[in-house]
Amino acid sequence: MAEELVNVTIEGTEVAVPKGTTIIEAAKQAGVLIPHYCYHPSLSSPASCRMCLVEVEKAPKLVPACVTMVAEGQVVHVSSPSALKARESVLEFLLINHPLDCPICDKSGECELQNYTFQEGRPGTRYTEYAKRYNPVEDFGPDILYVPNRCVLCTRCVRFMDDVADTPLLNVSERGDRAVIGIAESQKLDHPWAGNVVDLCPVGSLLSKDFLHKARAWDLDKSASICPGCTQGCNISIDTRDDIVVRLRPRANLDVNRHFICDYGRMNYRWMNRGDRIEAPLVREAGRHVAVDWDTALDRFGSIVRGASGSAVILASGRASVESLGLVRQLVDRLEVTAAIKVPLGEEAPLPGIPGLALRRERVPNLAGAELVGYTSAWEAALGAAASASLVVVLDADLSVEDEAALAGIPGLVLLLGTVATESLHRAELVLPVASMAEENGTYVNRDRRIQRYHQARSQPGMARPAWWIAGEVLAGPGPDADAPSTAEEAFALLGARWPVFAGTTYADIGFAGRVLPSAAAGAPR
Amino acid sequence: MSAHGAEGNGTGTHDAPYTPVFVGDTRARLEQLFSSYPTKQACLLPALWMVQEERGWIPEPAIEEVAGVLELTPAYVKGVVTFYTMYHTHPVGRHFIQVCTTSPCNICGAEDVARALLEKTGCRELGLTSPDGRFTVIEVECLGACGFPTPILVDDDFIEDVTPEKVPAILQRYS
Amino acid sequence: MGYPHPSHPKETVVLSKYFGDAEARTYEGWSRRGGYEGLRKALGMSREAIIEELKASGLRGRGGAGFPTGLKWSFMPKDVVKPHYLVCNADESEPGTFKDREIMRWTPHALIEGCAIGSYAIGAERCYIYIRGEFTEPWRVMSAAVAEAYAAGALGESALGSGRRIDIVLHRGAGAYICGEETAMMNSIEGKRGNPRIKPPFPAVAGVFGMPTTINNVETLAAVPHIMVRGADWYKSLCLGSPKSTGTKLISICGHVQRPGNYEVTMGTPVKDILYDMAGGPKPGRTIKAVIPGGSSVPIMTREEAEEALFDYEGIVAKGSMLGSAGMIVMDDTTDMVYQIWRLARFYAHESCAQCTQCREGTAWTTKILERILSGRGKEADFQLLLDLSEQMTGKTICVLSDSCAAPVVSGIQKFRGEFEAYLTGAREPSMAAV
Repeated sequence: MAEELVNVTIEGTEVAVPKGTTIIEAAKQAGVLIPHYCYHPSLSSPASCRMCLVEVEKAPKLVPACVTMVAEGQVVHVSSPSALKARESVLEFLLINHPLDCPICDKSGECELQNYTFQEGRPGTRYTEYAKRYNPVEDFGPDILYVPNRCVLCTRCVRFMDDVADTPLLNVSERGDRAVIGIAESQKLDHPWAGNVVDLCPVGSLLSKDFLHKARAWDLDKSASICPGCTQGCNISIDTRDDIVVRLRPRANLDVNRHFICDYGRMNYRWMNRGDRIEAPLVREAGRHVAVDWDTALDRFGSIVRGASGSAVILASGRASVESLGLVRQLVDRLEVTAAIKVPLGEEAPLPGIPGLALRRERVPNLAGAELVGYTSAWEAALGAAASASLVVVLDADLSVEDEAALAGIPGLVLLLGTVATESLHRAELVLPVASMAEENGTYVNRDRRIQRYHQARSQPGMARPAWWIAGEVLAGPGPDADAPSTAEEAFALLGARWPVFAGTTYADIGFAGRVLPSAAAGAPR
Repeated sequence: MSAHGAEGNGTGTHDAPYTPVFVGDTRARLEQLFSSYPTKQACLLPALWMVQEERGWIPEPAIEEVAGVLELTPAYVKGVVTFYTMYHTHPVGRHFIQVCTTSPCNICGAEDVARALLEKTGCRELGLTSPDGRFTVIEVECLGACGFPTPILVDDDFIEDVTPEKVPAILQRYS
Repeated sequence: MGYPHPSHPKETVVLSKYFGDAEARTYEGWSRRGGYEGLRKALGMSREAIIEELKASGLRGRGGAGFPTGLKWSFMPKDVVKPHYLVCNADESEPGTFKDREIMRWTPHALIEGCAIGSYAIGAERCYIYIRGEFTEPWRVMSAAVAEAYAAGALGESALGSGRRIDIVLHRGAGAYICGEETAMMNSIEGKRGNPRIKPPFPAVAGVFGMPTTINNVETLAAVPHIMVRGADWYKSLCLGSPKSTGTKLISICGHVQRPGNYEVTMGTPVKDILYDMAGGPKPGRTIKAVIPGGSSVPIMTREEAEEALFDYEGIVAKGSMLGSAGMIVMDDTTDMVYQIWRLARFYAHESCAQCTQCREGTAWTTKILERILSGRGKEADFQLLLDLSEQMTGKTICVLSDSCAAPVVSGIQKFRGEFEAYLTGAREPSMAAV
């Protein structure tokens, strides 16, 4: 059904937008970002910061762009003298009590008060000779500090907790210029999605204790990624400083997680920085492991795989990419294969205001992707099958003490593709260092069959390589003419021949927003 | 209706043990109000008034109790309590005196009345309670009786045409 | 009548006829004085006919905005498919205004009758009367009157035996000037902070509890039964000036006059008559310096402007101010205008709900600048700063509270600049310790 379009002119650019669009959103279509604080596309709009005031021809006074709907033929001036003056004035009002402690503020560099002040604020203040309002820092919850002196009372945090989290843990307390964001004495801001208020805060008023003073915003490198925490597949940015992951933040994807991620996912990054990594291929020589170069390791891997007979078991991590899981699976296609990923379970934690968004019970990112390439989550059964298998491939699986014990006595050969040393390493015939998801490009398929790409955020330690690269090299075989994939994109392109669900989809199709794979009942990709 | 019952009036500290307000008759009165509004939330202001009638102020545990009874969160209730200046979030004297000093009364001598009230009650300054715990005096904005300067509210008694000279006699009526 | 003073010949006494008459407070007493005839008559009319009668009368909202009442009622959806509400604004908090208080104290049944007629006319499921928390006496009187009206069958299951259910609920505020703003009042009734809402949606579409709602002032509703009984033509004939301003209007007059009180006049009465004849003019030996004609939120008038003005919506605008709530604050030559403007700014800073940036910060900053001037440390640049802030506090926010703070500041500087300058130059002793 075609939407009714409305034609408007914003800063001289004509755009046609669906009826009911606000001026602030229509302006984005025209390439104009109207400054704002209280407005957020995933929250209700109180139109209270008055920063987005713009001039609309024929309107008697300036209008707030965040709640004013476009009208046919409307002409909007964002930078007319009166609109600029109004916004300059709002900035001046917001700054009179602001401590200007940017040098010690975590938000500095990505602060909307700082940015807009540079863009269109006054060069100096006229609020002289008065003491600034002072309120001490409050400890709001396990990870959140509130610095009232920097607060602009936009109430995004309050509205997130009220309307999106459906758990009103925050309030506006008091009135007038005494107003601050408040919390009840008996409660803490410990909702499973509470961390989003830190991202929502346009200034440095709500801070993450975890990130406190870790890095300046301009020292961060940001990589688009997918949260490895559960099957929801929230889009995230992995922020690194000097190759160390210092925080995970949500990346907008209106179809998956809008602008939010849960605290479990947010805090689930320390393993990405582990220093105790396997950094070189190891082969067993006379009962002990010897470090070798990749050619030697790949030759050994190839000969083991080609020489195997009987059955094979793959024990994989649910954080392995579709490419890695698929190509490793293809390595042993000749044999009778039992392949499983380990799926830790936890409590489901939905975000009530966003239907379809939750921290899922299944705490792996690629369960659906694994299932599409022949893996199951029947971990115990796979362990049982390992007892009689001639070949067991461990693909970075997180093995428990019991798992290790079960593997200790099996007769078959164990091949380990891993990030960190485990007990099973000692009896492995071959140990190959692989990259973690933070160190490679790849794809995951979330619970809604949406395939999404993630990007390398830090360098691979030592000689570690993506598992798909290792499997791809072995599949292609030795020699100068072998056609092994050299990128994740090429590895992905190989999957379609074996698993038709991927045929016809390319990395370019997946893009930054992902793509829903056709269902088993066929049908073109959406 | 008297906002300050004899025993509940102005007693209590922030640390005092709390006994629930919404039991027995008070509970019944609140539940009767539910039929006057389409939501329980709408009973918040009346419920807070009931707390203040019984306790003289609104202690933190009362905020939790009200939240529980009306299916709200304590933070929400607190946001509302702190918006309305007539709800006391700290204990006050047995008698709470509000004196209007906004312009219409101000030009007719309201500040002199406020000074007289402080002096005669023994309150050291506006907002503080007298050493004997009898009075708290605060300055308020417009009481809406500008033709009768200066109006004051002693508890729920609205007194018009107060002058500094009349203050001692007025105070005598409140023990 | 000029309660607490005897009626003045230049008054036209309709609403205030029984001010001071304690018997009129009872259901019995009110009925004997012709009470509940308006409601009985209205219940015999169609809803449309009532609204047409009101439109014809020219009655305009007495809360301050002066919007035609009949027109407002006609905005309510005709089909009552979901609950409709009538809200009576009895949050009278505008400094200088104390007329609704007297209506409720002396003639509670007039208001109840008006609310009942309004409820019927707009198809309201219930009427909420929002009474400010400080009005302890009006609250007691109204509570007793509502109980009596239920007991007498004027309200409830079958109002006056008409078979129509009419319900009135009293709701007590708790100290917030801004709750007199209609959308803030709706939030307050819902148990929320009294923050004004953005419009649209307008109350007639989505008001209290998200339902179609009409909000009327106490004085407006109290006039309705009289119009029902005596007819639109009679009401329309009460007019001396603009035909757009009809009926009688209660004026609260306070400050430096000999007989402060409530006077009821026909629209179009000269302000001079009100100031000097009815209120008795200034105290002996004093002269009037300034008049704020419509509650503290409107521009200050000089004596000359006030004396030349006609008292109606248009007449006051013609002299550079607004009728507002018709609470007239009179200041004589002993008044320190700078100090009083500071008091007003402080009032608005105290009452700002904290939503809009310009209001939250601007009212407080304005207050501080005025304090600095009063402490003898003001600067010439403060004039421009105050005017700049006031300009940015006008027409930029959700409601008009910050506009109301700016109005006395701007008009004060325009009309009484010399008093400010006296503090700047040291010609006047500081009236405040350094802040």
